Amino acid sequence: MIRESYLNAALLAGLLAVPLYALVVDEPFTITLATRAAILALAAVGLNIALGWGGLVSFGHAAFFGIGGYSMGILAFHAQNFVPLDLGIMVFDGTKSMPIIWLVAVLASALAALLIGLLSLRTSGVYFIMITLAFAQMFYYFAISWARYGGEDGIPIYVRNDFPGLNTLVPIQFFGICFVALLLALWLNARLVASPFGLALNAARQVPVRVQTVGLDPTRLKLVAFVMSGAITGLAGALFADLNRFVSPSMFSWHLSGELIVLIILGGVGRLMGPVLGAVMFVALEHWLGGLTTHWHIALGAILLGVVLFARGGLIGLLCGPRGQT
Amino acid sequence: MSTILIIEQVLNGLQSGVMLFLMAAGLTLIFGVMGLINLAHGSLYMVGAFAAAAVAGVTGSFLLALLAALAAAAAAGVLVETLVIRRLYAADHLDQVLATFALILIFSEGTRLIFGSFPLYLDIPSWLSGPVTLPGGIQYPLYRLALIGAGLAVALALWVLIERTRIGIQIRAGENDREMIAALGVDISKLYTLVFALGAALAGLAGALVGAIQSVQVGMGEPVLILAFVTIVIGGIGSIKGAFVGAILVGLTQTLGSVFLPVLFRLFLEPATAMSLGASLANMAVYILMSLVLIFRPAGLMGARA
Repeated sequence: MIRESYLNAALLAGLLAVPLYALVVDEPFTITLATRAAILALAAVGLNIALGWGGLVSFGHAAFFGIGGYSMGILAFHAQNFVPLDLGIMVFDGTKSMPIIWLVAVLASALAALLIGLLSLRTSGVYFIMITLAFAQMFYYFAISWARYGGEDGIPIYVRNDFPGLNTLVPIQFFGICFVALLLALWLNARLVASPFGLALNAARQVPVRVQTVGLDPTRLKLVAFVMSGAITGLAGALFADLNRFVSPSMFSWHLSGELIVLIILGGVGRLMGPVLGAVMFVALEHWLGGLTTHWHIALGAILLGVVLFARGGLIGLLCGPRGQT
Repeated sequence: MSTILIIEQVLNGLQSGVMLFLMAAGLTLIFGVMGLINLAHGSLYMVGAFAAAAVAGVTGSFLLALLAALAAAAAAGVLVETLVIRRLYAADHLDQVLATFALILIFSEGTRLIFGSFPLYLDIPSWLSGPVTLPGGIQYPLYRLALIGAGLAVALALWVLIERTRIGIQIRAGENDREMIAALGVDISKLYTLVFALGAALAGLAGALVGAIQSVQVGMGEPVLILAFVTIVIGGIGSIKGAFVGAILVGLTQTLGSVFLPVLFRLFLEPATAMSLGASLANMAVYILMSLVLIFRPAGLMGARA
């Protein structure tokens, strides 16, 4: 058995080392792959707060990912086309500045998570799974029929947005931004789990009745977790849109919701670095297997079945033993 | 707005509603008896459609194609149940979601491997094609009318099966207390396989019937699966009666919404805005309906448990 903290450190070092090595040998595509892994990991870290600690099997996190993406797409669309964005009460020029875009993405997805959470948390179990799925699907269909922002075709953004002091078009610099965002989210996640709120949330997942008896409201704890989870996934969506310089309704697709859960399961549910390991494995599989055969989803399905049936706890569970009580 | 158009659209809504019922009935039955959430139900719908298209292509017979769809989907259901699903009954919902998501990936890619990425076509048989004239002089496609009839007939047969036969008694008993009926000597694992195969066959039948008016392609089951989820959430999970009411409501909402919302908005908005706003809202209408049901009846219209 390996100590989990060693594995975590090695994993982050590896995720940092691969693009730096690619920079030295001049393989920008590998840097893009690592950036993709970091962004997917960030989205899954967000989902893991709801799923791993809150026990909320959200099958609709693509909603927040897509809202983050569209926040970026809409703001940048107005800035690049010089069409003012008329909000009714005020007129806004749009922006190409990443910090502002991120703020909007986080706020918009948190608001959506609050509304979806308020409705969905009235139920639990299978109902919760299906309802979150249905809400994400609602956004998907809305985006498809929203002709002003490209409808089914989405919005291409010609130049990557700006970050003060950096040239975001250089792959390694954009990777740096995403990696730092991932580190911050992981740090927040670690602090959260150790905080009184995190302990209460953990208890609310395991024995909601006892949490209620000591005077805490389990539904409220879960709602707060759901909102934080949605906000982080929304930020990942904005970064993902910037990576591809393109936003389309496929960011809302239910495959994406499924894949985010898959990332967590491959790595390990409720493990701090589970999403990171899962995302790295997923991107590596997608790249290597996808290069060998276009039918690589069969292999992915088989691996996933194997993990669910025989390796509960994911790869971290295999390497470090079962999840502790915190 | 003519009465004829309204009646036509109501019939269209009924048609998509009864087909949705075939999907939702299987899902809700499997959930009610085994407590399993099966995402791969849409894949069984696809298997049925592909089997029908393949057999119709070789033999030219629509009835043989329907039989092939039933047989192929039921066989796929039995195979999947014995190999994978059986191990999931005791697992939590997260594991069920993931394992059946994995099955979707395998089914979709496997179908693409065998049949390629291009859609297949299943033709409406000559004895069911063409329009019929309904009372009041309304011309309506015979095949769609036949779909409504077939859907209602299956619903009736399902009701007889569950309420009036020995198997039905065992299924209902299994929903209430599985330990007890196992103790009474019913082979519960055989019953589970049977229920799963029944649900799969219904999905396959729906796939083949709808396949004749749409193209048969990989991924065709997924939009239907999600609508079927919405349906059983509205109707109440585990209730066949709820699935029926939910399916008709969803079918009507979707069809009537997409036709009448843009027209309605044109009354007080400029045409272009009315079109796009109406189209967006029509797509979202079933989900809005679902949210309303959840706010007022969290357990669904006919559901007993939440």
